[in-house]
Amino acid sequence: MDSKIPTGAEQLIRSLEAEGVEYIFGLSGGAAIPIFDALVDSPIRLILTRHEQGAAHMADGYARASGRPGVVLVTSGPGATNTVTGLLTAHMDSVPMVVITGQCVTSMLGKDGFQEADVTSITYAVVKHSYLVRASEDIPRLTREAFHIAATGRPGPVLIDIPKDISQGPCDAPLTREIDLPGYSIPDRASSETLDQAAELLSRAKRPVLLIGHGVVIAEASEAVTRLAEKMGAPMVTTLLGKGGTDETHPLHLGMLGMHGTAYANKATDAADLIMSIGSRWDDRITGKLDEFCLGARKIHVDIDPSEFNKMVEPDVCIEGDARLVVEDLLPLVEPSDTREWQARVQAWRKKYPLKYRKQGGLRAQHVLDRLDSITQGRAILSTDVGQHQMWAAQFCRTTQSKNWLSSGGAGTMGFGLPAAIGAAFARPDDDCWAIVGDGGFQMTQAELATAAIHNLRVKCLIINNNYLGMVRQWQELFFENRLSGVDLEGNPDFVKLAQAYGIKAFRIKRPGDVDRILSQADAYDEGPCVVVAEVVKEDNVFPFIPAGATLSDMIIEKPTVKLAKPTGST
Amino acid sequence: MSSAADSSADFHRISLYVKNEPGVLARVAMVFSRRGYNIESLVVSPAAKASYSRMTITSSGDPTILEQMIKQLAKLIDVVHAIDHTGDEAYETEIALIKLTCESEERAEILQVVEHFGAKVVDFTRDSLVVRVYGSSEKLDAIRNLLAKFEITEIVRSGKILMARGRATT
Repeated sequence: MDSKIPTGAEQLIRSLEAEGVEYIFGLSGGAAIPIFDALVDSPIRLILTRHEQGAAHMADGYARASGRPGVVLVTSGPGATNTVTGLLTAHMDSVPMVVITGQCVTSMLGKDGFQEADVTSITYAVVKHSYLVRASEDIPRLTREAFHIAATGRPGPVLIDIPKDISQGPCDAPLTREIDLPGYSIPDRASSETLDQAAELLSRAKRPVLLIGHGVVIAEASEAVTRLAEKMGAPMVTTLLGKGGTDETHPLHLGMLGMHGTAYANKATDAADLIMSIGSRWDDRITGKLDEFCLGARKIHVDIDPSEFNKMVEPDVCIEGDARLVVEDLLPLVEPSDTREWQARVQAWRKKYPLKYRKQGGLRAQHVLDRLDSITQGRAILSTDVGQHQMWAAQFCRTTQSKNWLSSGGAGTMGFGLPAAIGAAFARPDDDCWAIVGDGGFQMTQAELATAAIHNLRVKCLIINNNYLGMVRQWQELFFENRLSGVDLEGNPDFVKLAQAYGIKAFRIKRPGDVDRILSQADAYDEGPCVVVAEVVKEDNVFPFIPAGATLSDMIIEKPTVKLAKPTGST
Repeated sequence: MSSAADSSADFHRISLYVKNEPGVLARVAMVFSRRGYNIESLVVSPAAKASYSRMTITSSGDPTILEQMIKQLAKLIDVVHAIDHTGDEAYETEIALIKLTCESEERAEILQVVEHFGAKVVDFTRDSLVVRVYGSSEKLDAIRNLLAKFEITEIVRSGKILMARGRATT
């Protein structure tokens, strides 16, 4: 038997194996070499990315598509700081990730050593927790704690910064399941008193709406929430991240609400007499002007994180707990009122204000995404970037299953879509995975086409190309007298040729008549990744639209003919 | 530090029981600064149990977000608990050291003030003295105001520490 004492790096990798880690997304560098060396003998597969931001978003996409923590390994200094945008993205959207960064040797800390960055300090505001490891023996316990913190309660990213002498040094400590976290607890089941209060409000409601948030996806509460909606005859509306939490093709589902939500989701929310938020944080994209948000409605807030209570709105009842357990506990207590009249009103809005787009006068993104929805039929994982295409995808691509919709909501991180899709493709190799991106965001992380090509992943990258940073252009058109500033992406490459340069199959859609044929070809293509470039009209706007800081009833359904005042809310 | 007259009236008083880990102070400070809270005093000291610390913080800021701040503090992994003592009956105390430059004819009056407040002169030279006083922050403000007519060259205050009464948790 080999009695050699393992190194910290070896115990780190064994700890990751014990956590069930299949993939590490990363990029090597000097201070992390001992860890990369230990990986050589491990069954864990290292996915070498082209940029650390790509690695972070891949781990994020892996986590969102699987529910298991994504793991990143990078070096110190710029390697570590390049993950900061990925940490922010995961932190804002409650995504479990463990990011391991190399660090220069302990004796050089604070002395401006080569590739030194005080990464724990830099990232305090964007992590759920972080560690700077000071002794090799601590590695097994801290790794266990990091995974526990990342994956439980309200999930989030955890960073472990490991100086090179600590990863290289001997680690006597065995792998452990022990944790020492006296300041961290996960809520128990909700008290019967709180549940009774909520059940009474739910039972009395004549015009109830269930607001589906990301917590429904994370807690795998789809079935319980759908049963509650059916029992009550309550329409469901979803946040951007709640898409797929319950099936958007369900007759009671009204799609996304908020700034670019459907008119009928917003009208229903505005007219409700009771709104129960399940795992949403009443984000400003939903509420608009807080003082006037749904004043006529009683509110119930279900969240696993009590710091979300009374942060934005002041609910009548707050229930701390896991979304699935809370809804399961509520189900037998609710004796619903008759909501048939309410349902009829809501369905009338659905008929009167459908999502629509012009089918003449050039190729439109909405047309492409509407057809993509029909062709993929909710089977595929959809990963979006940020901007107009994201909102159109949210409107037209109805998500039927949890973990099939990956989008940067809170942070609004451009460059997320493609690498997140790649991470998801590793998590679920048997499922199709579409990245839906704009020409702006795509170019921020396009180098990861190489990663998709090398691993021959079934990632299909749909580039909605309007040669503009379209969402900002839309605001400038509507609120800034069309004074365009910093939005023209003149000089875009030919994206078909770019894909081909990576050896990736590429398609181009130019005319509305091409859409079905080419999307079907791309959908059926199974020899590896492909890119579909949709050359859409340059100037088009996302409607419905509630300007930032306005109220649900200020919704603009079509392009206005009069000049609009500048919005008062943030972005 | 605050001006003499208002040292405790508008302040929130928060006690934290934390795991003594590097970085915990930075994480706590960020919760305050992000929300526009100014920390007026901060005392960190070892707790009864090894590897834990106590933080007593007085701060000023928008009272409508105090509840949110306490929750954000409690949410930090290294914070075992965060308790808002604003407006409760916790016992509080503070120490101040006050250095005065003085002529010999002023000393008698200074020593009268010192005696009245149960304070003590802890350093005495030909032209200076250092007064140590402890008690409530209001008492410390009062002695400072009375000594202000002399030449105060330095004041160092420990910051408020507090403990919940009876069996209540601090």
